[in-house]
Amino acid sequence: MGYKNEKLKEEKVFKDPVHRYVHVRDKVIWDIIGTREFQRLRRIRQLGTTYLVFHGAEHSRFQHSLGVYEIVRRIIDDGFSGRPEWDEEERLVTLCAALLHDLGHGPFSHAFENVFDLDHEEFTQKILLGATEVNAILRKVSDQFPQKVADVIDKTYPDKLVVSLISSQIDADRMDYLQRDAYYTGVSYGHFDMERILRVMRPAEDQAVVKSSGMHAVEDYIMSRYQMYWQVYFHPVSRSAEVILKKVLHRAKYLYETGYQFGQAPVHFETFFKKEYDLEDYIALDEGVVTTYFQMWTKEQDTILSDLSARFLNRRLFQYVEFNPAAEYKKLQQLEVLFNQAGLDPEYYLVVDSSSDLPYDFYRPGEENERLPIFLQMPNKELREISRSSDVVDAISGKRRTDHKLYFPEDLLQTGENPLYKEIYEMLNK
Amino acid sequence: MLQEHAKIIQFISLAEQVTGRKKLQKMIFIAKKMNFPFAERFRLHMYGPYSEELTLRVEELCEMGFLEETYIHKGSYNQYQYEVSEEGVHFLETMTEKNNELQPVIEQMQSKTSRFLELVSTLLYFDHLQQEEQIEKVHIVKSKLKFTDEEMKEAFDFIHKLEGLAV
Repeated sequence: MGYKNEKLKEEKVFKDPVHRYVHVRDKVIWDIIGTREFQRLRRIRQLGTTYLVFHGAEHSRFQHSLGVYEIVRRIIDDGFSGRPEWDEEERLVTLCAALLHDLGHGPFSHAFENVFDLDHEEFTQKILLGATEVNAILRKVSDQFPQKVADVIDKTYPDKLVVSLISSQIDADRMDYLQRDAYYTGVSYGHFDMERILRVMRPAEDQAVVKSSGMHAVEDYIMSRYQMYWQVYFHPVSRSAEVILKKVLHRAKYLYETGYQFGQAPVHFETFFKKEYDLEDYIALDEGVVTTYFQMWTKEQDTILSDLSARFLNRRLFQYVEFNPAAEYKKLQQLEVLFNQAGLDPEYYLVVDSSSDLPYDFYRPGEENERLPIFLQMPNKELREISRSSDVVDAISGKRRTDHKLYFPEDLLQTGENPLYKEIYEMLNK
Repeated sequence: MLQEHAKIIQFISLAEQVTGRKKLQKMIFIAKKMNFPFAERFRLHMYGPYSEELTLRVEELCEMGFLEETYIHKGSYNQYQYEVSEEGVHFLETMTEKNNELQPVIEQMQSKTSRFLELVSTLLYFDHLQQEEQIEKVHIVKSKLKFTDEEMKEAFDFIHKLEGLAV
């Protein structure tokens, strides 16, 4: 028996609050979990700044990655195995891709990627294919195996059924994060009957489909997703924290580029400031490192950097008002002028932030949408796009909801002595 | 502050009009690959490189009234056509500098079909690979489109021509 099929002498289990247990029998999976690149995910929160609003949301990408693996393992071992549409040869590559799909996430991913123009999916590829412990494990399966796992995650793998388990409108990634994020934030949305969905999921030619008898469970899943986006993921206060986080990083980058002498050299950031980072620099970063720098930056001479860092660490966040870019972009330009006159740099203290979500989208022949829809498998085996059968899904299909907010330091405008602050504050709240 | 929105309006303004969401996606991706500074991130989807952020940006611009979206019935299929509105032209005047280097790149792309731009953009998505591997990848992810050797050659020639216009 080769390494590919090697099993542990005894099954290992991880206790998990969402799935009760995560079961590991494959030696490859166990070895991957032990690598430093995978263990690094323990030090990166799943929900970034959301813990500043929902204090329970301290869970990590490590937990989520194990959860996605467990869901895919159950789909394959309990549902697909033995069915003619499923190729048993694809089992290990699918499990590895599920476990490793978020491997390239960095600290506070969204903000970090935005400021330094990075892409966590590219880093996932680099970690899988570079000189890493994960790559060494995958290569023990075969020389081509790391590339195969990378292709599944990059959605360029020939077997689209495998890709759809990790990335589609009803995939293991979403099923885990909705439940896990609901559990840790403590909200009552986000729950749906995953057991039922897994029982009725079937392999088809290019994707996993759901038996029509499971339609109501899928409706519940889509509605859960809708609720979670607007109640948790796009919460305006965690967006405020995210705005400040980005501005701290922007400021530090700007100061470095303009020759500012930091009290403590920002060693971990220097290669990112210079755009000369390598994989080791990236792997060395985690959220503990980032917040340690923020702590040091509260003592910097630069008042913008010190103020924003302290705001983030001590949760002195920006206030917000609703903003309509179409009707108010001229007002925004006037506000920028006033901010400058008042000695507040609008680049850092007046920020428009937008959120948008499409809960479910469908594709029908002749249309130009890009998402693969969710198909129901009817009793006669015919496939039918779900919104054609479900009034609930039809009601929200293709309906995007967008929200724009304008963030600013209300505390400063209310207590500061500059006479312009009052005028700005009144204009913001007009 | 709305600089990224302004770049999309400027692109469509230079193109005068763009017919097809797919075509717009591919044109912006290709322009980005030619080093024009678009912020939207692209991943591989059903029709090649696709950016959810760009879809969103275009929807917002339509909502804002800066872009006009027209739904056109074309027999067996439907398409969306985009043009800059009068309000969009005013907005652009307040926002951004003209990027004259973009014009010839847009002209080159405008004359091509969506299918061809899908091929070009998918090849560019894999431009970190050797040419033979790029072709192999396109055949895997676009197996149903059955691109011919002549189309591949034409696509590479087109990419070389665009690279001469890159910034």
